[in-house]
Amino acid sequence: MAQITLQNLAHSYSAAPKSDADYALKEMHHVWQDGGAYALLGASGCGKTTLLNIISGLVRPSHGRVLFGNTDVTDAPTAERNIAQVFQFPVVYDTMTVRDNLAFPLRNRGMDAGYIAGRVGQIAKMIGMEDKLDRKARGLTADAKQKISLGRGMVRQDVNAILFDEPLTVIDPHMKWELRTQLKALHRELGHTMIYVTHDQTEALTFADKVVVMHEGRVVQMGTPEELFETPAHTFVGYFIGSPGMNLLDAKIDGATAHIAGHAIPLGKNYAATGRTQIGIRPEFISLTTGTGLPFTLRRVEDVGRHRIVRGEAAGTPINIIAGEGEAIGADMTHVTFDAAKINVYADDWRINGAA
Amino acid sequence: MDKTQNNKAWFLVLPVLVLVAFSAVIPLMTVVNYSVQDTFGQNDFFWAGLSWFEDAISSDRLHEALWRQILFSVIILAIEVPLGIFIAMNMPKSGFWASLVLILMALPLLIPFNVVGTIWQIFGRGDIGLLGHTLDAMGIDYNYTNDPIDAWFTVIIMDVWHWTSLVALLAYAGLQSIPQAYYQAARIDQASRWSVFRYIELPKLQGVLLIAVLLRFMDSFMIYTEPFVVTGGGPGNSTTFLSIDLVKQATGQFDLGPAAAFSIIYFLVILLISWVFYTVMTNLDKQETF
Repeated sequence: MAQITLQNLAHSYSAAPKSDADYALKEMHHVWQDGGAYALLGASGCGKTTLLNIISGLVRPSHGRVLFGNTDVTDAPTAERNIAQVFQFPVVYDTMTVRDNLAFPLRNRGMDAGYIAGRVGQIAKMIGMEDKLDRKARGLTADAKQKISLGRGMVRQDVNAILFDEPLTVIDPHMKWELRTQLKALHRELGHTMIYVTHDQTEALTFADKVVVMHEGRVVQMGTPEELFETPAHTFVGYFIGSPGMNLLDAKIDGATAHIAGHAIPLGKNYAATGRTQIGIRPEFISLTTGTGLPFTLRRVEDVGRHRIVRGEAAGTPINIIAGEGEAIGADMTHVTFDAAKINVYADDWRINGAA
Repeated sequence: MDKTQNNKAWFLVLPVLVLVAFSAVIPLMTVVNYSVQDTFGQNDFFWAGLSWFEDAISSDRLHEALWRQILFSVIILAIEVPLGIFIAMNMPKSGFWASLVLILMALPLLIPFNVVGTIWQIFGRGDIGLLGHTLDAMGIDYNYTNDPIDAWFTVIIMDVWHWTSLVALLAYAGLQSIPQAYYQAARIDQASRWSVFRYIELPKLQGVLLIAVLLRFMDSFMIYTEPFVVTGGGPGNSTTFLSIDLVKQATGQFDLGPAAAFSIIYFLVILLISWVFYTVMTNLDKQETF
């Protein structure tokens, strides 16, 4: 087990990268704590898998270094890094039995037969496949195969980290929940560093202590689920996390006031912003009023069960509002007000801190 | 809406039926026809019943040719399949060299059979052939027209040269279709090169190898042109395979009845062995799923 340090890491698939756009991963510097449960979250093609493959050693970064503890492993092959990885699609050894599949990584490392048998038993129990141990892996369903992959990833106790590359893509929804809970329990029990790549925010937020949000090859924020929700560091985080995502309105920032289409909105703090300035407000923190605040045109109301989503437009920008079950929504509600404490201010897409 | 209900769609199958009838069924029926009759020329035919079949089944000549044929097919399969897999595993995976190697590998497959025979017939000659002359110069007594072992050696090497490419190309396609994640997982599991081959590559190649073995078996079991051009079935009868023997009987001796009976038995043998092959290979697969 070890802390993972990414030192000035960047990666380009082209041999002679010229501009920023040639980089699949832009320069980053991060320390991933030993024993942490991290989720790498981002849209498809944002560089999550590249970063994961760099950590596992399947891809050598074109710039920077990777450290496990104090050891530089940038040039170390996968086998030496002592990591486990679970892939997006089930990778099982078809002609082996489930038991042999689970035992394979241990046998290759010359472990003692008694230890292997015990360990395989534990893992089989955890993934719920004790009754299928002597069956050939070939011919099992996709989610059974993926459970074998997960099991093979977790069978070694001495790994530095376990990497998951969207491992639940092929799993049935009800099994997803169960497996995620098991992974979480396992993490608490064993304390392995776990890195979980996903594009599903629910998966990321329920699994991880810390979520790393990536956008266009850059880590835009690394924080707890709460931080991502309350103070998204980048407009992409605001938009990507939450359902619906954060509302963003172009605004002129003048000290503690934002001017939107001629209306003044109090911010609660003083900001000195330059460039393209926007304010971001979560749908949860907008209230409909009959006369005060920003003029709002209501388009439609969607009842999603626990709450309702009000969709409309203010200052030429689409706005989503989450209204509680009990709140009345009437035709006379033509304005919206924002909870000043929950407004974030962005300059050129990056969040800026205000002064009291 | 009213739907027209009739059987006109069957007419669409008619062209295929006609084609198959003329290309396969009717010629086969003439063979069946000959196989139960005898003739003394002048187009006079007499009913002979199953006597040609009885003769053929108890004929030593056919037995010997059959054993030679089986031995030949077994030897070339035992060489071409492992060699083809080995070549496929060492072929470049992408880029300029991959294209070049693919073209080079495909070349022998494009050469007409009698040309292949002629190439090796000349190649093996002691006076002007590169192979024959070199071997003689090295002091090895090589002469495929005199020595049965040398004749077999030449015919087998020729078939390996001609057809290993087919196995290699099929195996190459099979290898290319294995997702990278399998190799990555194997590296993470610290699997040895042998384990990767045994537990990833070989199982994934099973489908293409089944096709390769079937194709090579059927082709080699029916081989005629190349050995005929090189050795003419000799020396003696040592490289007289089933087809060569059949042609000798049918057009050399003009024994239409026995040759027809022989043809039908030959056809049934190939059909039977292919069916057994296929059933065994596909059942292996099924048993493993339970």
